[in-house]
Amino acid sequence: MKTALIAVIAIASALSSVPAHAGKTADAIRARGQLACGVSTGVAGFSAADSKGEWRGMDVDFCRALAAAVLKDPSKVRWSPLTSQQRFTALQSGEIDILSRNTTWTLGRDAGQGLVYAGYMFIDGQGFLVHKRSKVNEARQLNGAEICVQTGTTTEKNLAEFARANRIQFKTLMFENLRAVLKAFFSGRCQAFTADASALASIRANDSGKPEDYVVLPDRISKEPLGPVVRRGDEDWFALVRWAIFALLEAEERGITRANVDTVRQRSDDPAVQRLLGVSEDVGKPLGLDREWVYRMLKAVGNYGEIFERNVGPESLLQLPRGINALPRDGGVMYSPPLR
Amino acid sequence: MKVRAYALQAAIVAAVLLALYGLATLVAAKMRGLGVEPGFGFLWQRAGFDIGDTLIAFDAADTYGRAFLVGLLNTVSVAAVAIVASLGLGGALGLGQLARNRLLARLCEAYVELFRNVPLLLQVLIVYVLLIGRLPLPQEAWSLGPDVWLSKSGLALPWPTFTDVGLMLERPVLGRFTFSGGAMLTPEFLSVAAALTLFTAAYIAEVVRGSVQAVSRRQTEAAQALGLNDAQTLRFVVVPQALRSMIPPLANQLLNLIKNSSLAVAVGYPDLVAVADTTLNQSGHAVECIAIIMAVYLTLSLITAALMGGWHGRLLRQQGGYP
Ligand SMILES: N[C@@H](CCC(=O)N[C@@H](CS)C(=O)NCC(=O)O)C(=O)O
Repeated sequence: MKTALIAVIAIASALSSVPAHAGKTADAIRARGQLACGVSTGVAGFSAADSKGEWRGMDVDFCRALAAAVLKDPSKVRWSPLTSQQRFTALQSGEIDILSRNTTWTLGRDAGQGLVYAGYMFIDGQGFLVHKRSKVNEARQLNGAEICVQTGTTTEKNLAEFARANRIQFKTLMFENLRAVLKAFFSGRCQAFTADASALASIRANDSGKPEDYVVLPDRISKEPLGPVVRRGDEDWFALVRWAIFALLEAEERGITRANVDTVRQRSDDPAVQRLLGVSEDVGKPLGLDREWVYRMLKAVGNYGEIFERNVGPESLLQLPRGINALPRDGGVMYSPPLR
Repeated sequence: MKVRAYALQAAIVAAVLLALYGLATLVAAKMRGLGVEPGFGFLWQRAGFDIGDTLIAFDAADTYGRAFLVGLLNTVSVAAVAIVASLGLGGALGLGQLARNRLLARLCEAYVELFRNVPLLLQVLIVYVLLIGRLPLPQEAWSLGPDVWLSKSGLALPWPTFTDVGLMLERPVLGRFTFSGGAMLTPEFLSVAAALTLFTAAYIAEVVRGSVQAVSRRQTEAAQALGLNDAQTLRFVVVPQALRSMIPPLANQLLNLIKNSSLAVAVGYPDLVAVADTTLNQSGHAVECIAIIMAVYLTLSLITAALMGGWHGRLLRQQGGYP
């Protein structure tokens, strides 16, 4: 039903034909006094409301950082929880300014749908979650099994491709809603649940009730680079979001953290650091921001590494290794071009 | 006078068509702006997703168009099962409410009140959660007769299939994870069919009760004076007369049932709407997919209305019109 509603909104907005010229999104955000951020309906570690209704997670922190940069207040965010099905229509129709929600960067989505990806937040791959009693050790052994999957995802297509490539068959059970699919899986309706491995780690730790009874199989059957998405046609907003990610990475590279940012700003004589924090040069201006935008982002949520560790890292509930999401110097691919 | 009326109607039709054309052009332009080529050509593209519950063969290499066909057949089959079952159950409950036996009548009334007042979506979810929660794993399936097994995977049944040696009854066999072979009525199908039946039966019961009560008491008295017993009175005197006033509201209930079957999405039964939602999302052709959904439900509704209307007309002719 909600899909239909969003489709209607999409049609209505098509008619009113909101112009999407340069800088319009940031202007609209300032006029509204709030960033409209699309998140998931609840994948702990990435975006989920805690028991007090407070949104938490990596994707959530990124929106807070943006609000800190644009509105000078990380709390000025309006959260829109969206299922896999609803997310793109919500962005296309202008209901949200940014989709910051475990969403895979693919060619079709980046080019064919009026959307554009601003970068990577988390590079992942698709995996399978099974109950230990199934005694399955690798995905291919699931031949003939019933597999639960959420629709509107890259996941459902990868699953079909994996089956074909390996000449095995699955009975696919598709659900629109994450809660419904989890209910089905944890009731034993299907023998495996397939999704991004990071989401599976989250679901195992947070939603299973008994993490020790479940395992995420070692197979990664696809590439799932997850990152924030914006509408096409507003290059200024796109650039701002993209460079916000780079700034968070650059801060990690330079060792600037939430805790030390004030001291570093006063004391450091490293030109790159001075520039990043707006002490020497103004790296906000080309983006339509003031010179302290990076400082505010770091005060609000910390650098990329801190965001990772706090929400999904080895010490968190999800216990995910940094792996490919590390900086290049640590063997990862999270590279930022020079901020100058 | 006539000419002017026709001219006015023609003008209205033309205006509506023009407005629709304008709307379509605007939407198409906006879609092109988003990089999506509007039109129904995508129906011939490869779908790329699998559907678990299908009446005809389907896999990821088939087209979006065939996926829609799978969804349509699922919608029609779940609705057809629920229509037959709810007519039976609703008819019985409607007559039951009028029974001389007080307890039976109260029980039927209680049923109607309960199932009419709980939202259908909730009923679908409750039945589904009960099924997948309470049924055993496939390895411990309950045997309900020779080669009939009930488990979390659903109701596995033998099913006739064509083989080299002719038509054979194929039996479901338990594999490592679940049953294969034969036919499987999944919990998704069963919960949608059951909830639609339970819910609609409550409304049908009211229609039946009202129509029967609308038949004049004198008819019953006259029938009994002629020596007909209760069952005969009902069958030969009351029901034929009640049917006439019953069919139009009954048709409404069936139309509602067909549209309500779209709640299947909630439990992952791949009906037309579920398939359309997935397609819409994967292909980006939102407007076309919604248009298909609308066209299909409209067609199904018109067919149902025409069938019920035909039945009503025939009944009126047979009975010589309204008294
Ligand atoms: N990365 C994949 C899958 C993302 C996805 O939506 N995953 C599901 C399964 S964990 C999810 O996050 N659902 C949360 C929701 O619908 O609220 C994609 O972009 O298609």
